[in-house]
Amino acid sequence: MRAREIGGVMLDVKNISLSFGGVKALQGISFDVREHEVRAIIGPNGAGKSSMLNCINGVYHPQQGEIAFRGEVRRDMDTHHAAASGIGRTFQNLALFKGMSVLDNIMTGRNLKMKTGVLAQAFHLGPARAEELREREFVEQIIDFLEIQAYRKTPVGRLPYGLQKRVDLGRALAAEPRLLLLDEPMAGMNMEEKQDMCRFVLDINDEFGTTIVLIEHDMSVVMDISDRVVVLDYGKKIGDGAPDAVRNDPEVIKAYLGVGH
Amino acid sequence: MNTVTSTPPSADTFPRLLLHHAAVRGERPSIREKDLGIWQTHTWRQVAAEVRALACGLAAQGLRRGDHLAIIGANRPWVTFATAAAQSLGAIPVGLYQDATAQELVYVFQNAEIRHAVVEDQEQVDKVLEIAQQAGQIAHIIYDDPRGLRHYSQPELMALAKLQALGRGFDAANPSFFEAEVAKGRPDDAAAMFYTSGTTGHPKGVVHTYAALIGRARAGCEMEHLTDAEEVLAYLPPAWIGQSIFSYAQALVAGFCVNCPEAAGTVTLDMREIGPTYYFAPPRVYENLLTSVTIRMEDAGAIKRGMFKYFMGVAERVGGRLLDGAAVSPGQRILYAIGDLCTYGPLRNALGMSRVRVAYTAGEAIGPDLFRFYRSLGINLKQLYGSTETAVFVCVQPDGQVSADTVGPPVAGVELKIAENGELMIKSPGLLKEYYKNPGATAEVLTNDGWYHSGDAGFLDAAGHLRIIDRAKDVGRLANGAMFAPKYLENKLKFFPFIKEAVALGDRREMVCALINIEMEAVGNWAEKRGLSYSGYVDLASQPAVYDLIREAIEKVNADLAREERLADSQIRRFLILHKELDADDGELTRTSKVKRGFIGEKFAVLIDALYGGKVEQYVATQVKFEDGRTGKVSATLKIMDARIFPAMKKAA
Repeated sequence: MRAREIGGVMLDVKNISLSFGGVKALQGISFDVREHEVRAIIGPNGAGKSSMLNCINGVYHPQQGEIAFRGEVRRDMDTHHAAASGIGRTFQNLALFKGMSVLDNIMTGRNLKMKTGVLAQAFHLGPARAEELREREFVEQIIDFLEIQAYRKTPVGRLPYGLQKRVDLGRALAAEPRLLLLDEPMAGMNMEEKQDMCRFVLDINDEFGTTIVLIEHDMSVVMDISDRVVVLDYGKKIGDGAPDAVRNDPEVIKAYLGVGH
Repeated sequence: MNTVTSTPPSADTFPRLLLHHAAVRGERPSIREKDLGIWQTHTWRQVAAEVRALACGLAAQGLRRGDHLAIIGANRPWVTFATAAAQSLGAIPVGLYQDATAQELVYVFQNAEIRHAVVEDQEQVDKVLEIAQQAGQIAHIIYDDPRGLRHYSQPELMALAKLQALGRGFDAANPSFFEAEVAKGRPDDAAAMFYTSGTTGHPKGVVHTYAALIGRARAGCEMEHLTDAEEVLAYLPPAWIGQSIFSYAQALVAGFCVNCPEAAGTVTLDMREIGPTYYFAPPRVYENLLTSVTIRMEDAGAIKRGMFKYFMGVAERVGGRLLDGAAVSPGQRILYAIGDLCTYGPLRNALGMSRVRVAYTAGEAIGPDLFRFYRSLGINLKQLYGSTETAVFVCVQPDGQVSADTVGPPVAGVELKIAENGELMIKSPGLLKEYYKNPGATAEVLTNDGWYHSGDAGFLDAAGHLRIIDRAKDVGRLANGAMFAPKYLENKLKFFPFIKEAVALGDRREMVCALINIEMEAVGNWAEKRGLSYSGYVDLASQPAVYDLIREAIEKVNADLAREERLADSQIRRFLILHKELDADDGELTRTSKVKRGFIGEKFAVLIDALYGGKVEQYVATQVKFEDGRTGKVSATLKIMDARIFPAMKKAA
């Protein structure tokens, strides 16, 4: 049961290969992501999960293959273009301004939507002021959504890690992405924080219809919240399908748990 | 001089009071809530319109006179709307605690035959749906926050906004319906039902009439001269009668504005922004505020720390006397004025108490030092005595007659007497009508001639002020016959910022022992300062340095007790620090955070045996319940430590 039915293919990754010198990070990876679904990419350390995300939002440029996002086929794309076309992401190691408040950090995520110039903003001229008020309201909705009202004015560096992750998610949401890439959103969290984060991921998907691709280490989390799962191992795709099917795939079990389990 | 807001005698039910204010002060603020970081105001006129729409919607859904309406949520305007809407129809609102587990709800839903519930969000909807099978007859669940509920297809669910739209349609079709229903209300109708937290057995539904609630609310307003210019912050659970009196009944009697904080975590900030003039908090909240002040002062620079220490000394000497209007020398007055400028003023502001005219504390005895601290800052903190069954106002300390160990003389209309066994008996217009569907329990507490058994042990002092010692059933005797008042000891212990909760043991035993809960925040901070590393609560609680810290606190209490002849035998000889925080979810505390002594005695029997058995450590494994309903186990080997005791000081002849 869900608010929005899963639609057609939104992101189509075809035969992507990426190498750094002699290291083959990704080898001929193909998979697709459908509109409104929660898609997980799992795999052991060094499997190429983060590299895959970096290809999708244009940080890395694969040597081979192509990526189609909402019908637009491309091989190379810069990060700006990716963001402007509706791809947002969070980072494994967080990408926040530690000295700035929660509110300001999320406002930076809104920058893409701002039209007035730097000078107008600096001098707080009429249009810039009106724009800021408008955008602030949107940001306040995100703060409300993520339940971080109590930390609005707190410098991000003073927050515990779990909350920083939430702020990072808020910053990504501020750009109103159609496709949200989450790089290990639950890494380093305790059980309660993980559950909270799961709820936020599902709520974002439910409330805004945002399509979500997430990388995760914790198998149990992934299996609970995703519609389909891609499994990578040493740069190769070794499984793809519904969580239950993937969980029982002998190849996956071997890669994940090692032989002998 | 402030004059009390007057309302016509015909406004003798809450809906009529609401309509009165909507007519007389329609454009004045009635409820404010902080939403998206901005305070949004609802005027009396708007509130009346919202209540009308909701009442009509509920009527269209079949809520009838005499039915019960469950209300589960935090302090938000809709809680007031739903309460008043139910009362407009002659239905009885039943506030329930948000953190009540599904199991706890089942009993209440069955007991009150609840068919309609208005709840806050997905979490509460899930809970009510979960018990729908067991509780049987739930027909309609109305929710305020639609988040996460988009794909729920249960036919009994409806959004509050949608129900109100439905209600407006109903209102348009039956324009005289609402007024006619409001006109049917009688002052001696049941106005609201409050479930008592129940230290033993099932909770009991306390039924109060309009006359009782409005009468007591008015007595309180008149005594403190409350006007429609007051501001209060609604931050305690709305299911609790105190919250209902201070933020609903009194707001409707005096016509003042109630402010709803943005979220549970923002209360301190919101309080600073609003600056309430009339404030209530249980001792625990004052304690937490003081703890946070103490922690922050420890982090401050040497100059600020020195200034704080010096001026707090001044305040302790003269602050309370100034507030009571007693004689103070000009020199001391000037010192206090300087202190006010540099320390007390900023501190009051940081606490959000700059504008507080009347601050109450009740529910439990307050530590005398804690009480004095606030009074010395110039905050008019007073004690109040009352309970769910008495619609709160039984005794209040009048301005200028305040002390830490009494709760003041009876409020207008109240009579008190002390029974043979020391139990306090109360006669008041604010007494409960009955326990719902429980004539046996009603008969146990209400005598035929209208006296209520309070269950508290106390006496009236020479000035006619009531003094509460403990719960009547909790006052015990040590094996040698000396008086043992556990609450009194626990309160003394809890005044130390490092101690969060304490359980004193000693009834019919040869000595007094204590179980201690450390205050994680304060002790953690203290440990950090000393470079003490720890991995979590259990580890921190078992550190020898922490044990020494707690032992020092206990020895201070012992030294204090030795000074009072009657209590000298109650000195604490042995103690241990518990490996888990006492928690309402595990049944160790009531929902209002009172220690459940009997339950703890059984649960930690092995520890108690070890304390009295002279052991130096004891292994214990305890089941804990997590917030999501799962259970786990915490185990540890707890050390047991002896504390020094002092020879009793005989009073000089």
